[in-house]
Amino acid sequence: MTHEPWMAQLDAYLDGELESGAMQELDRHLRECAACAAESLRRLQWKRNVHAAGQRYVADPVLRERVRKSIARGDAHAIWWRWPAFAAVAAVAMVLAGFGIVQYKTRVVRENQIVSELADLHVSTLASATPADVVSTDRHTVKPWFEGKIPFSFDLPELQGSPFELVGGRVSYLEQSPGAELIFRIRKHLVSVFIFQDRAVQAGLPVNEARDARSFHLESWKQGELRYFVIGDTGPEDLRALKGLLAKAK
Amino acid sequence: MCVAERSTAGFEELALPLFDRLYNFAHWLTHNRDEAEDLVQETFAKALKGFSSFEQGTNFKAWIFRILRNTFLNSRTGLRAATVPLDVQDDDAALPVEKETPETILIDRASERIMQEAIEELPVAYREVLLLCEVEEMSYQEIAATLTIPIGTVMSRLSRARRALRSAVTEKLQRNAS
Repeated sequence: MTHEPWMAQLDAYLDGELESGAMQELDRHLRECAACAAESLRRLQWKRNVHAAGQRYVADPVLRERVRKSIARGDAHAIWWRWPAFAAVAAVAMVLAGFGIVQYKTRVVRENQIVSELADLHVSTLASATPADVVSTDRHTVKPWFEGKIPFSFDLPELQGSPFELVGGRVSYLEQSPGAELIFRIRKHLVSVFIFQDRAVQAGLPVNEARDARSFHLESWKQGELRYFVIGDTGPEDLRALKGLLAKAK
Repeated sequence: MCVAERSTAGFEELALPLFDRLYNFAHWLTHNRDEAEDLVQETFAKALKGFSSFEQGTNFKAWIFRILRNTFLNSRTGLRAATVPLDVQDDDAALPVEKETPETILIDRASERIMQEAIEELPVAYREVLLLCEVEEMSYQEIAATLTIPIGTVMSRLSRARRALRSAVTEKLQRNAS
């Protein structure tokens, strides 16, 4: 069997630009053909690498503020600059802004590192033939498996009636701290849920956040002493729904 | 609220969330922080001025990226960059399919720094289409609207850009290895 006609469509497939009929046909082929599936994964990884490398430059917050003000002045010229004490206040503000910029940039770099690490972990899950060390749809099997392997415990939700299915779990590490990675399936997408002790990441991301990371969506939140991250390429509403289930788990 | 205030508020709501993306794209185009800052400021000023001509409900992101890109092409750096010829024509026949080799496996593991250097060295016509697709995750239709080129040209240029990037990364890895 020749793979070329399929491989010629892979880029458009991964860019989400194939017609739905062709998309389904290629989907089917990828499930059956290991060579094309491997090539597809390789190109997907390459796309993610380019995506990550392309997010290189961070604007100075002072520029953002300047642009924002210039937009605001587009319809009403501000008069605050005529205030006599403005010069003194501005000087102090500039000094404070200087410290702020340094802190801001440090925080942005650290946040990006953590998000990038999580995206890498999720990609390696997608790429792995055996993504889970404990394979079970039963939460009463998966949760006890982590006992003694990580330094905390967590609750898993009842998924009956929801579109999610538990695939399994494995031990994962974020910045050398052990935690749990739980893998869920929704429709054809795999979603990773990472749980770590909050102190392992507390200087990094804000407590509650939704953001895009290398074409994945990511939700993070704090629950007690634990920090949760949900990451996947399914829609943000799916991730929020899974977050809701995990938050209510007992 | 008067019409002008409504218009400004609407513009701010649409444009400011794109600020970081516009800046990143501008810096990639100009290779220079100061020029990127000027380009972004000029883009916002032009876009605000022309916002009344923006058709509500159409693609604002493609619209403002087009303004930035046109402003860049009219700048001194942009004029210089646009004169670099591409090796081939955009509408050349389809490229042969690339297959996995030990070399392709090696370049998949290229570091982010090598990747960034390679992107930086691409001709601007390849760099912009690649960034709009891979970083901005625009559809081919959106890219066509931003660059004012046909979709067929987007596809062939993107294909060549990917190939050029792989070849540049390979070259860098080989140079580093020797």
